[in-house]
Amino acid sequence: MSQFRIQSHPILPIPQREAISFTWQGKTLQGYADETIAAALFANGIRVFGYHPKDGSPQGIFCANGQCAQCTVIADGLAVKACMTLLRPGMNVQPLSGLPSLPEAPPARQFHPTRIVSTEVLIIGGGPAGLSAAIELGQRGIRTLIVDDKHRLGGKLVLQTHRFFGSINACYAGTRGIDIATRLENEVAQYPTVTSWLNTTAVAVFSDKRVGVVRSLIDEQGNSEYVLIEPQVLLVATGAREKSLTFKGNTLPGVYGAGAFQTLVNRDLVRAAERLFIVGGGNVGLIAGYHALQAGIQVVGLVEALPECGGYKVHKDKLVRMGVPIYTSHTVVSANGKESVESVTIARVDENWQAIRGTERTFECDTLLIAVGLDPVDEFYRKAKEFGMVAYAAGDADEVAEASAAMFSGKIRGLEIARFLGKNGFEIPTEWLRTAEILKSRPGEVTHETIPEEEAVFPVLHCSQEIPCNPCTSVCSQGAIYIDPEDIRKVPDYIAKKLGVTCIACEKCVTICPGLAITLVDLRKEAEFAHVTIPYEFEKESLKAGDWVTVTDTAGNLLGEVEVIRTRIAKATDRTLLVKVRAPRELATKIAGIRVQENWVAQPTEQWVERLEDDTIVCRCERVTLAEIKEVIRSGVRDMNEIKALTRAGMGACGGKTCSSLIKRAFRELGVPPAEVTENTLRPLFIEVPLGVFAGVKEE
Amino acid sequence: MSLSAYDVIIIGAGSVGTPLAWQLAEAGLKTLVIDRFASVGQGSNKAAIGGIRATHSDIAKIRICLKSIEIFSTWKETYGDDIGWLQGGYAFVAYRPQEEKTLKDLLVLQKQFGLEIDWYDREDYLKLIPSLNPEGLIGGTFSPGDGSASPMLSALAFERRARKLGAEFRYGEVVTAIRQEQGRVRGVITDHGEYAAPIVVNAAGGWAKEVAAMVGIDVPVQPDSHEGGITEPVAPFLRPMVVDIRPIEPTPQMAGSANYYFYQHHTGQIIFCITPNPPILGTDVRETSVFLPQVAQRMIDLMPRLRNLRVRRTWRGLYPMTPDGSPIVGEVEEVQGYINAVGMCGQGFMLGPGLAVYLRKLITGDRDEETQEVLDKLSLYREFAKAEKLK
Repeated sequence: MSQFRIQSHPILPIPQREAISFTWQGKTLQGYADETIAAALFANGIRVFGYHPKDGSPQGIFCANGQCAQCTVIADGLAVKACMTLLRPGMNVQPLSGLPSLPEAPPARQFHPTRIVSTEVLIIGGGPAGLSAAIELGQRGIRTLIVDDKHRLGGKLVLQTHRFFGSINACYAGTRGIDIATRLENEVAQYPTVTSWLNTTAVAVFSDKRVGVVRSLIDEQGNSEYVLIEPQVLLVATGAREKSLTFKGNTLPGVYGAGAFQTLVNRDLVRAAERLFIVGGGNVGLIAGYHALQAGIQVVGLVEALPECGGYKVHKDKLVRMGVPIYTSHTVVSANGKESVESVTIARVDENWQAIRGTERTFECDTLLIAVGLDPVDEFYRKAKEFGMVAYAAGDADEVAEASAAMFSGKIRGLEIARFLGKNGFEIPTEWLRTAEILKSRPGEVTHETIPEEEAVFPVLHCSQEIPCNPCTSVCSQGAIYIDPEDIRKVPDYIAKKLGVTCIACEKCVTICPGLAITLVDLRKEAEFAHVTIPYEFEKESLKAGDWVTVTDTAGNLLGEVEVIRTRIAKATDRTLLVKVRAPRELATKIAGIRVQENWVAQPTEQWVERLEDDTIVCRCERVTLAEIKEVIRSGVRDMNEIKALTRAGMGACGGKTCSSLIKRAFRELGVPPAEVTENTLRPLFIEVPLGVFAGVKEE
Repeated sequence: MSLSAYDVIIIGAGSVGTPLAWQLAEAGLKTLVIDRFASVGQGSNKAAIGGIRATHSDIAKIRICLKSIEIFSTWKETYGDDIGWLQGGYAFVAYRPQEEKTLKDLLVLQKQFGLEIDWYDREDYLKLIPSLNPEGLIGGTFSPGDGSASPMLSALAFERRARKLGAEFRYGEVVTAIRQEQGRVRGVITDHGEYAAPIVVNAAGGWAKEVAAMVGIDVPVQPDSHEGGITEPVAPFLRPMVVDIRPIEPTPQMAGSANYYFYQHHTGQIIFCITPNPPILGTDVRETSVFLPQVAQRMIDLMPRLRNLRVRRTWRGLYPMTPDGSPIVGEVEEVQGYINAVGMCGQGFMLGPGLAVYLRKLITGDRDEETQEVLDKLSLYREFAKAEKLK
């Protein structure tokens, strides 16, 4: 199974784990006891988990987050979500094919009454927002219960290998997401009034102001317990879910969300793809591409429908420098393949976002990541408000933005809740509110890079777009990197001359920049050559002195081959390799990065592939096509509940989490104003739960 | 403000109003249906679980539901739409001598009415429903002619058919008054406009009392609410609707319930519902935390294998109850042209199509003896003496 395991990683530690055996379709395979069935299957090269009961279409991973049911398999006779169920030794795993049969069971010996637990504050979601709020509440001695459906706290932080943007004072900017998760987790653990329930999924908010949660794996038998929680205040910090996109082949196994990919790669340490293509040039897509490269996965390309990527320019630049082409004003025409993705066809778009015939290109790949934005997971909040509960939302559940903003919004909500509960003696600092706004800012204008006038040694800041980020200013012992402290969105300036100081070539700014956008040029060493230090987040063994590397400018243009004269990695550089190259002086300030991926990876196939089958799916649970939805809308239907009744779109396991926004989009595309559309009624459960769990039946 | 003339205006596009619109349109009447929700069946229709049986103990309901079953069971072959009809039968289980006696007593009456229903002893019953908990099982009744269909698909089918025949439906519109002149109905006024018609049918379900009050009529209809749920789909394993009428008294840990029932829908999903005891009065349809643990314990106790079946969604719907458990249907003495089709007691879905056939006869003046008998039984002016044995 080693072929699809990540054996080494520049950032993530690879733990020693004990292998266990399980069977898939009767064949014995190896996996790990602490991993999900989905991870074990992927590690064995299995991408197709079953076939849909309605039309036999192959099914695989989609959300990897327990939200959909696309990854359902039969494990020891029971239909389970492969992405949420842990592998057990000897487990008999079968693909789902048709409707699962319900196994027989002996009469229940005992029904345990449902436990009702009271708390001052219930936080749903132990990610950046929830944990930041819990810290504020814990500091003030408020009884707080955090429920989180994963086995550790941190939310999506635990998937982020890169250094964070944002403010160094407000939200750990410059630190890697995985390490922020650990810090927050440790801090929360210090407060005796804060309790965390892991492996605990919130499933509903009820009108009697109780929140139903399912605690799984509570004992050695693997039992689950249903608990009703009565909070005085509910904080919904449930994050966001990935939006989907409609194109032919959009539900083929191998088409899935960027977040799902990060889960498989960075949490499960599975090399989930060999060749990856990405849809969407926001931060999520750009970062996923970077994480793929770090995991040794080829990134064939990225399409973005807009003329420019919506994510941070430094994220985009990073990918481009490493050799990943970005196709702006392009869209996906189809994902092609029989059982799973074999290639993707893209095309240029016209001013109406329609693919222009004749501009199609096809690229071979086995995975197509959808990173076209996020929707808040706000169903708990909406229900709580409907039922008159005291409820707050923080982080992406409130407003989709960066994790740095989520942490800060969590802090503010924590204080707001403390004040609501009568804790006095503090004010919410007004500057916090401004910081919160700044952290949520979309990237601003791109200015030109300012290259410092030639000196002996100096940093080059390849950072020309206004984004909320300031770690570089905090590490310069000379104070020579300046960003207006009132507005950390400003582009940094190198102001040594103005201050009358000189760079000491400590390379700290090179190390800490989350965008890997700072290099250090040293002209002192040789007459004709400059020494340039470049940050590099790949394995340290991959480069050594004497190697020749291809360097590029910010836009990814090749500048030539240069010799590596030194590499340095130290505790202080925190897994960032500092690569010093010797380059001709005239190139020195242009060099922004090292190419890591060869040209051939990104080449299209000779002819483009056209997927003939019109299988553009809107509701993946019930396999409802875009054509069916549009036909219903054209017939005059305006109530999404009626669309549901007519087509079953939204009746599946996920409860309309993915299709609702696609249906709204179909209305827009057909020119129906949103005011005419009635939204789906929101109903529990938000996650499916066995009747036995509600009844309090336990495996003896 | 528009003033259009219709033959009949129906208030409520639900389980009762929609098939009635179809029947009236079939009869060539210019029909308008007005509903407060955004589309068909969005009130209590979509909250119905879909059971359809003729095996009642009241002759009017038996006759109506026999007609309904005829319509549901032949709909697909007649009109082409799949409404999910499944003739799985109804099974009332007995685990105690009390229920055995109730069911057997009732059986005598039901057989008199010519209904196809029989008592099965334990062993035969287990052959019929192998998943039942055998511990303590005495037996039960089974009526193979009963069944189930999708309330939503049925309402859509009736509505589409009615539209095709010229009926009009106005959604998102609330009737605010019923116009009368000299003791006769003239039409209705809504928050959007005014519509004229000599006949107005109150098919407003849980809101029927308010609508009747618009013509000064007091109908003894009091809605209460039941919660229901649906599971993930699994391969077919259960044919009939299973009904357990054992009441359970409330305890400090658990709310009481009068009965509960569930069946496997044509999609493979189990749909289930419980009757709270004491009833929860009012029109609140927001989901509560009481329902799932309560119904899950009872269902698993009856059918142990259900423990592994995952619940997908829950909801709560209204049961517009009357004092005796039978609907209130027909004309009133005080206002000419006003017709009640109210108080379905949670059985609007199974009663709706059959009732539409009788109401059509009433409205078109084609009242035969059978229609008169049914209407007499369901008259507003009857003695509301005692509740039906099995509602």
